[in-house]
Amino acid sequence: MADIAIAPSSVTDNYLLNSGKRSGVLSWIFSTDHKRIGIMYLVSTLSFFAVGVVLGLLMRLEMITPGGKIFAAQTYNELFTLHGVIMIFLFVIPGIPASLGNFFLPIQIGARDVAFPRLNLLSWWIYMIGGMLAIASLFLQGGPVDTGWTFYVPYSIRTGTDVTLSVLAAFILGFSSILTGINFLTTIHRLRAPGMGWFRMPLFTWALYATAWIQVIATPILGITLLLIFIERIFNVGIFDPSRGGDPLLYQHLFWIYSHPAVYIMILPAMGVVSEIITTFARRTIFGYKAIALSSLAIAFIGYLVWGHHMFSTGMSDTARFVFSLLTFLVAVPSGIKVFNWVATMYKGSIDPKPPFLFVMAFIFLFSIGGLTGLVLGSLATDIHVTDTYFVVAHFHYVIFGGAVFIFFGALHYWLPKMFGRMYNLKIASWSVLILFVGFNMLYFPMFILGYEGMPRRYFTYLPQYEALQHLSMVGSWVLASGLIIMFANLIHGMRKGPLAGDNPWGGTTLEWTIPSPPPKENFEEIPIVTHEPYYHHEGE
Amino acid sequence: MSEIASKPEVLHVKHLHKDEKGAKIGMWLFLFTELLLFTGLFLLYAAYRYVYSADFHRAGFETHTLIGAVNTIILLTSSLTVALSIAAIERGKKWISATFLGITILCGLFFLVNKYFEWSSEIGRGLYPGSPKLLNDTNGINLFFGLYYTMTGLHGLHVVVGIIVLTFMLVFVLRGKISSEDPVKLENAGLYWHLVDIIWIFLFPLFYLIN
Repeated sequence: MADIAIAPSSVTDNYLLNSGKRSGVLSWIFSTDHKRIGIMYLVSTLSFFAVGVVLGLLMRLEMITPGGKIFAAQTYNELFTLHGVIMIFLFVIPGIPASLGNFFLPIQIGARDVAFPRLNLLSWWIYMIGGMLAIASLFLQGGPVDTGWTFYVPYSIRTGTDVTLSVLAAFILGFSSILTGINFLTTIHRLRAPGMGWFRMPLFTWALYATAWIQVIATPILGITLLLIFIERIFNVGIFDPSRGGDPLLYQHLFWIYSHPAVYIMILPAMGVVSEIITTFARRTIFGYKAIALSSLAIAFIGYLVWGHHMFSTGMSDTARFVFSLLTFLVAVPSGIKVFNWVATMYKGSIDPKPPFLFVMAFIFLFSIGGLTGLVLGSLATDIHVTDTYFVVAHFHYVIFGGAVFIFFGALHYWLPKMFGRMYNLKIASWSVLILFVGFNMLYFPMFILGYEGMPRRYFTYLPQYEALQHLSMVGSWVLASGLIIMFANLIHGMRKGPLAGDNPWGGTTLEWTIPSPPPKENFEEIPIVTHEPYYHHEGE
Repeated sequence: MSEIASKPEVLHVKHLHKDEKGAKIGMWLFLFTELLLFTGLFLLYAAYRYVYSADFHRAGFETHTLIGAVNTIILLTSSLTVALSIAAIERGKKWISATFLGITILCGLFFLVNKYFEWSSEIGRGLYPGSPKLLNDTNGINLFFGLYYTMTGLHGLHVVVGIIVLTFMLVFVLRGKISSEDPVKLENAGLYWHLVDIIWIFLFPLFYLIN
């Protein structure tokens, strides 16, 4: 990392230049600068993402012919488990908040750093230890985990694979996530620049605030749940073992009390980024600022109460299923508020379709499909038909990959010029959006049909009648992968050798666009005094 | 940061590392996550007690109420002494503060010693997870002792962590790094110790007084 020589001649002081006691890699991994920590998270999460993508491609490759000629069933079980664990715990959950949030949260509120810089560095270290343990569990005795990323009991207690180490890794990752959440909450409460009231905060900051609350109130439940699996495997207590009086359903409840809100940890920061990008590229003051800000909190709150919709087919009482179904539909309200306000912001705007904006367009399309198919899964009757099929897989990837991850890419294109002071090739970036979009739909849309026709998820083989759609999906995975390669090659090349981007290439109005690119070490020479709302594109109106 | 110390925003810069209120907010949020960690276990306890209430009642006779009561008194006393230690450092009385802190640490150690004798006696009577005695008994008894060891064990780990933290605080007080101007570290450590105490206050009736 340290050899990226980016020093635009006009700027003599920036966070990429070394001035501390340590040099090289050490100056990064022991740095308490939130910008350096953000970049470290970016590099580490994207590395894990690459591993996850390869695992996903291998799973699709297995579907080249019915009968599982490439991998054995056991290997396939390990593939989808690792794909899930890596993508969820190591990539999407820390994705936007820990990397871009770390970098831009203090700058957006006019602070020099987060509230606890050393704790911030500790979070990264804990994250890396968790990640290393997860990777190590692949090679140690027992072999890779084959339980699925949900670690459902009783199988997770009985399987011979290395579940013990994996749940320990996930526990440690959760601890890192909690510390980041505490840090962000304290930062937002204590370090806002003079004049920046709650309703003058940028909407990305608002989204991070809601996300941090979910991290703090939901993650400990996952912690204790995984710890119980750990204890079960070592001491054989029997808390979830039906033959000893335990109830496996209680495990599922505890697991989803965290893991459903975790979906909002993934999507809320992305929604914050969408608000930033739309207002910047439509040259319009955001429409319904307060509604967007408060709907983040509403999503965080209601999202905490809907976990039961993951368990409709487990034999819960009808009353419970009815209530969970109703609450699930309620989450659509604040999400709808956001979408309508975004569209209203674009109305009569002078839209500039640069790559970040194109990602947002792709997001709205894909996320809408993901959301609407979510209604199919949230209704009791239809859910029974498609539960545990490819339909669920497709829905999940439309929401999380098409939603959160597409916006993660959009956010990279939006903020990369600020982070490194250089611009990537806009034309190639626009093409990569198109390739990703086409590949994505080819890969996942056939899964809706396959699932509707009865193809169960997590099977290493399939009936011959599914062959055509499986092949379409497999080819789609290759298109998507080439789109990823083109996009990252373009970003990396732009970051190293692109033309200087200037301080404000997009005409953004939040505080990060008022400082030099790349930002100086202390962010602001003088702490700014905020006198107006975060978005003011008056000339466009 | 020293080169900009003369500028007017120096107050804000100072906040980065010496924001007492910020440190308190962070600590309270952390305590909140600790409570939630135990909440998962309390939920399990509630569910299983509802299903196996007769077994839980019977199992309650097997735990040592006396040792549990003594440990409750010890922890409550230690909560008082840590509060006195904070009060002393805020008035600048270093040695009184250090003494009370030392008493608190000793109380924590006594608690653990009691716990050791208690657990050994129970294990000696064949009451431990996966023991033949529990496997041949009813499911409710098995779950009661499963939860008993899990919850008091996790609480015991928190006591150990608390003792380590308080020992560091003792060193800081003796070296003058915690003083009447900057007591927030000790205050936060005290908050953590109170949390350990409060969780025990709930564990005690659930496992010892239930008979």
